[in-house]
Amino acid sequence: MSKTQQAPGGVRSKGLADYLNDENVRAVIYQIIAIGLVILAGWYLVSNTLDNLERQNISTGFGFLDLEASFGISESMIDYTPKSTYATALLVGLLNTVKVAFLGIVLCTIIGTIFGIARLSSNWIVRKLAAIYVETFRNIPVLLQLFFWYAIIPGAFPAARNALEPIPDVLMTNRGIYIPVPVADNAYEFMGIAAILALIIIYFVKKWADKRLDATGQPFPIVWASVGIFAGLVLVAYLAGGAPTAMDIPELKGFNIRGGYNISPEFLAVLIGLTVYTSTYVAEVVRSGIEAVPSGQWEAADSLGLKRSVSLRKIILPQSMRVAIPPLTNQYLNLTKNSSLAVAVGYPDLVSVSNTTMNQTGQAIEAISIYMAVYLGLSLITSLFMNWFNNKMALVER
Amino acid sequence: MKMKTILAAGAMSVAAIAANNAHAGAVIDGIKAKGFVQCGVNTGLPGFSAANSEGKWEGLDVDVCRAVAAALLGDAEKVQYTPMTAAQRFTALQSGEIDILSRNTTWTLTRDAKLGLTFGGVNYYDGQGFLVPKALGVSHATELDGATVCVEPGTTTELNLADYFRAKGMSFEPVVIENINETTAAFFAGRCDVYTTDASGLASVRQTMAPNPDDYVILPEIISKEPLGPAVAQGDDQWADLVRWSLMAMIEAEELGVTSENVDDMKKSENPSIQRLLGVSPGMGEALGVDEEWAYRIVKQVGNYGESYKANVTAKLGLERGLNALWTDGGLQYALPVR
Repeated sequence: MSKTQQAPGGVRSKGLADYLNDENVRAVIYQIIAIGLVILAGWYLVSNTLDNLERQNISTGFGFLDLEASFGISESMIDYTPKSTYATALLVGLLNTVKVAFLGIVLCTIIGTIFGIARLSSNWIVRKLAAIYVETFRNIPVLLQLFFWYAIIPGAFPAARNALEPIPDVLMTNRGIYIPVPVADNAYEFMGIAAILALIIIYFVKKWADKRLDATGQPFPIVWASVGIFAGLVLVAYLAGGAPTAMDIPELKGFNIRGGYNISPEFLAVLIGLTVYTSTYVAEVVRSGIEAVPSGQWEAADSLGLKRSVSLRKIILPQSMRVAIPPLTNQYLNLTKNSSLAVAVGYPDLVSVSNTTMNQTGQAIEAISIYMAVYLGLSLITSLFMNWFNNKMALVER
Repeated sequence: MKMKTILAAGAMSVAAIAANNAHAGAVIDGIKAKGFVQCGVNTGLPGFSAANSEGKWEGLDVDVCRAVAAALLGDAEKVQYTPMTAAQRFTALQSGEIDILSRNTTWTLTRDAKLGLTFGGVNYYDGQGFLVPKALGVSHATELDGATVCVEPGTTTELNLADYFRAKGMSFEPVVIENINETTAAFFAGRCDVYTTDASGLASVRQTMAPNPDDYVILPEIISKEPLGPAVAQGDDQWADLVRWSLMAMIEAEELGVTSENVDDMKKSENPSIQRLLGVSPGMGEALGVDEEWAYRIVKQVGNYGESYKANVTAKLGLERGLNALWTDGGLQYALPVR
């Protein structure tokens, strides 16, 4: 703040009017008023809500989380029965949301990148097919796409009794896809540890290889070496663990198929719907990212005698990443938030479970604040990760 | 001075905000001011609340709203309907989006005491059952171990289902879809072995939505008590009273033999109960805060309970009165005395 002008000699003491006419003082006053109004509006909303709740005898607070939920949830990554608490039920919903959002992000990145590159293909048919895919799925509301997939999936497959078996022991029915899974065994834990160990070793080998490349210019086949290290260590762990072969194979028992791992039609509908919808945006992001790199970069790489795949990987993609990552982050956030539409097709995500909880307990405000906080948290974590990744990938400008 | 104006404006908005808090009796005043009753109904349950081919809502639950409108506003048509899913309904009522919820809603302790609702009585005594395809070859609910069950979320049905399977030591897999139309579509597409809801709802779904009703059968077991009735938000007792007694007037009219056909003749009746009901001997309307013709208009415009039941539930679903017969006929419907 700059000092106010003082009358020469400081003879006249300043009156109230002088202060009010001072621009800096005024600026502070306006800001205090603005903050005051915001606080007032907030206080009004909160007190009015509490008033209304009290008048209607609606209880408030988060005590309901410890009560028994007594409703069933169709799919859960943790142990859940109707005897579990509402808190557990909400956690089940959260994990289901994270599961579909995470897989959706991975798949939409892969599919989107493929279509984005395809749109730049020199082959007319490939280019046009990619354009049709993008323009079709980008311009249909995602909720309708979810309904579409959910109408298709149970309709396209037969009932459990006449399940399709495209691969031995993999059953496709209108109740979802059942795949055999290995019966739990210690060996799988060893394999997990071996996998982590392999990743650490690969990290150091990669560092060494990069250093050698910088020092001597000799490339090292890091991809093949990594695959070898990973597969080798995991296989050793499997054999050391006694090479278990017992599988949990799905088969028809009573009305339903029992055993194996079930991928439900609800989950599939949500995953396919979100992936297809978001991948069109990712495709556009990737295309614009690649087009943003000046063609001089290609030509420079060519003149150095680099192979086209090497120049794409080492020259073009790192530069297009810089352009593509921020809009890509937006798409990931959109996908995570759109996953709340899962409630429409019966996938038990956080919103679906919260809605039921809200309805059984009447704690609408509490339940909604929980899921708003969770989506905010998920989005912030995604943003933080992508910002970190962006900083890492961004070219250092000199 | 500018500053003073701003400060004064600020002070005034504080005062305005403070005075704007809702007051008791607000619902009735609101309805009178806007000129219609906002009624929350099912998105589509023929016999209870469904739009007919002309887009007009009709059904047993709809008639409760029409009765209330006839009593308060003098015209049974002054109702606007908000179709809602089971999961939306209580929030809508609590927030004042609707004035009355008449959507096959079960009266339970938690809802009455904890959700801030007041129930206006029971307009349909129901119980939960199971609908299965005949091809499943199941004849009793006890054979349903391991079944996949389609159910609407946020209902007592969802809780009873879990309770029942738990008590019998059986397992089930729920498929929970918010909208009743999506839920039943999933069931008829074979996504579930069983569809469960109140027996009246099963009859309605089987009759009106099944590709071929004869391929489906309702199992004999009724696993719960489901007293369904209209509900209002707590906080306006006069409004709650009016809803309760509008329903009672319909039942009382049936008990007394007053129908929409003979209601004008009945005004000349010597029976003191009929005279009180139809406002020939005054007092009832005044007590409720409406005019004395309130019940006359309900019977004249909507009909008595028996007429409403026959026109909706029996005509559309073929369901007999059963538990919903008058107590004098061995049922449970029993009007509290209008006096």
